[in-house]
Amino acid sequence: MAADAPTRPSPTVTDDSAVFWDAAAEGRLVAQRCAGCGKLRHPPRPMCPACSSLEVEVAELSGQGALYSFAILHHPQHPAFEYPVIAALVDLEEGIRLLSSLTDVPKDDVRIGMPVYAHFVPTADGPLIPLFRPSEDL
Amino acid sequence: MTGRRTLARGAASIVGAGCTEFSRRAGRTELQLACESITAALDDAGLAAADVDGIVSYTVDPVEETELVRSVGFEEINFSARIPYGGGGSVGVLQHAAAAVASGTAEVVVAYRAIRARSGATRFGSAKTAPSPTSGHSGTTAMQWCMPFGVLTPASWMALNSVRYMHEFGVESADFGRAVVQLREYAATNPAAWGFQNPITLDEHQESRWIVEPCIHLLDCCQETDGSVALVITGSQRAADLPHTPVRIGTASTAGLFEQEIASDHYRPDLSVMDGTVALGRRLFEDAGFSRDDIDVALIYDAFSPILLMQLEGLGFCGFGEAKDFIADGSLALDGSLPTNTNGGLIGEGYIHGLNLVLEAVRQLRGTAVNQVADARTAVISASRTGAILTLD
Repeated sequence: MAADAPTRPSPTVTDDSAVFWDAAAEGRLVAQRCAGCGKLRHPPRPMCPACSSLEVEVAELSGQGALYSFAILHHPQHPAFEYPVIAALVDLEEGIRLLSSLTDVPKDDVRIGMPVYAHFVPTADGPLIPLFRPSEDL
Repeated sequence: MTGRRTLARGAASIVGAGCTEFSRRAGRTELQLACESITAALDDAGLAAADVDGIVSYTVDPVEETELVRSVGFEEINFSARIPYGGGGSVGVLQHAAAAVASGTAEVVVAYRAIRARSGATRFGSAKTAPSPTSGHSGTTAMQWCMPFGVLTPASWMALNSVRYMHEFGVESADFGRAVVQLREYAATNPAAWGFQNPITLDEHQESRWIVEPCIHLLDCCQETDGSVALVITGSQRAADLPHTPVRIGTASTAGLFEQEIASDHYRPDLSVMDGTVALGRRLFEDAGFSRDDIDVALIYDAFSPILLMQLEGLGFCGFGEAKDFIADGSLALDGSLPTNTNGGLIGEGYIHGLNLVLEAVRQLRGTAVNQVADARTAVISASRTGAILTLD
């Protein structure tokens, strides 16, 4: 799909968020996992809100999840993207939620709850980012 | 966490209110717009610039305090504050002003917002990507976590919550449309409004183009606007000596929850409910000792129509999923059980980032609103995360 063309802007990476984007750039989906209590978290942050630990591990995620919500974006249109963009909130099977977008599905076939999985596309400056597509043929 | 303390009831009052015209192109800077609205509010209050010792605005407001002081001619500022959370923090200016006055930190506080949301460099609704992860402390992380995916505007961020809301409760676009028709009916008789003399039908709502399918048509969106609003707040004792009947700040509060964001509020477990607004409603009513039955008029932040319905539910004016029926029954009309956004709201009047809803509440309680609620004595204002109850009692 043309949505895979490397025109979309690369993420703005900060010291706090680099753990997610640096892995994504290599085609890996990760989340922070607290080394103190084991709780996964996203978006990344320096302290575990459950146990106050500053020790953190990087957990590899399966990329499998279910569509929690979506939105079909028609306007305004930015030249870096193919429209309509299907914005997506995905609840991953590990129990965290990601915002992304859906590809490879007609907009009228999008359903809340549908199983989806991550795939990676390049951005304008090269780094990959995770998008999602339906897990089953429709 | 019940029975917690709230702002001293009625300790502070709004004694002055002012604004510029609301337009597509102000043709002057935000600084000048702020000067004009503040001067109008002080004139309205019967006070002078030299009486002011406190100023409060939004973190995202472009006006520099130092420039404002040297323009308006404030002599000595003893308290200044800025409220985060963008428009969600809009009623927070009242909370901070009232707290400053009630604590003796300041005596006369001016709260203001000046904005060129239409003709300025950046429109909220434009398709922008950001080189910076910061957001002006607007309470959103969208610059980092939404923009790489093409989710570039407040409408697109909020739409994800709105679609889940529709899914959970069987809400349809026409349900949002019925609210918009009411807002535009109010705006049609408000000379200050974008929608003056231009009401719409439900069919026109449904036929307007999609901004975000299946929840936000063009006519579900607020009107990006240039203008400024200012309010003057002082202690209720001093207020009694000023020209207008004081509009007492019965209570004002903020309720922000774990993982809650503004607009890009995507990480709370259940996005079909604005549970931050549920907490706000508890603060305004149960904690502060007001009854929902006491409310004569409601002003509810309507950047997009779905959040009007979700706040009506969160505040407890109807059950979850029942706002569509509440609205279809005519509750928001002047003769309804909860006249709401009687200026036309941000959708019908214009978008001064929420502060024009406070202005309308003051007008209603003074009895000077264009669409006046008979004998209005108590108003609630909700910007989802911040809110207040204003009262004559």
